[in-house]
Amino acid sequence: MSVAPTIGMAIPDRQHYCDEVQQMLYNASLWNGHRIHFDMPYATEVEGYPGLVVAGPLMGDWLHQVVDEWLEEAGMITGIEYSNRVAAYVGETVTAGGTVTAYDETTGEVTLEVFVKNESGEVLTPGVITAKLMRAS
Amino acid sequence: MSGLLSEDVLSHIGKQSEPRREIATRRDIRKYAIATDNRQAKYLNGDVAPPLFHLHLFWDVVPLSELSPDGVSIDSLVPKFPLEKAMAGGLDITYHKPIKPGDWLTATRTLTHIYEKAGRSGPLIFYEILMEVRDDDDELVVTEKTTRILR
Repeated sequence: MSVAPTIGMAIPDRQHYCDEVQQMLYNASLWNGHRIHFDMPYATEVEGYPGLVVAGPLMGDWLHQVVDEWLEEAGMITGIEYSNRVAAYVGETVTAGGTVTAYDETTGEVTLEVFVKNESGEVLTPGVITAKLMRAS
Repeated sequence: MSGLLSEDVLSHIGKQSEPRREIATRRDIRKYAIATDNRQAKYLNGDVAPPLFHLHLFWDVVPLSELSPDGVSIDSLVPKFPLEKAMAGGLDITYHKPIKPGDWLTATRTLTHIYEKAGRSGPLIFYEILMEVRDDDDELVVTEKTTRILR
């Protein structure tokens, strides 16, 4: 982490391209056989989605990663609250990012409001992450 | 309140799953890190598991014959509800200590709440599942509360 947290500070955001191979490997790694993630005729014709649905917890992981990359070795994520509000589809590029909303220098506890957004700026996965800095910088 | 939830459904509150014990391996951590587009060496090398890795470790491993036609494993902890269309749920996770390769971990899931609320376009059913992951010293590693909403 190069800069001490200040309230209102945006952390560097990160884009993720939602690709078929990654969806396959991710869901296989969980043992998630839900067809909406890999079976295009099922996802579109039976469930009525416009495409293959990106796994919800994968976007949850991207919320963690954008904060974890910002923290580097200076701290650890201690908790998260998030929900998958809107779906993302294979072929989309989404952006994960966040803003510092609280920082306690004495305890090193930092809180961030985090998001995954799609290309039209719609928040798909809002959340709040708390982290603990090893020593106040 | 429309009183959707029968005594029978509500009697499932407090139901607990059989504890599941799994080992975190370097290979599984590496696979998870790669599949999630991670770019930090400590995770890609499998030296330590990234947060949320417990999802990988404790996702239900069920035989193909037990998956529903849409490929989903049926959660035996959850009763049959009068509403079935799943809406976005939420997760509330606390990380107590990191997971490293070689760690044996035990997860216990409890159905902690079932309740209904009036939504804008009709009644909604909420339920909550608490998962506790502990190490072999019985220390908490991850606590996860999942809330699911049905309409």
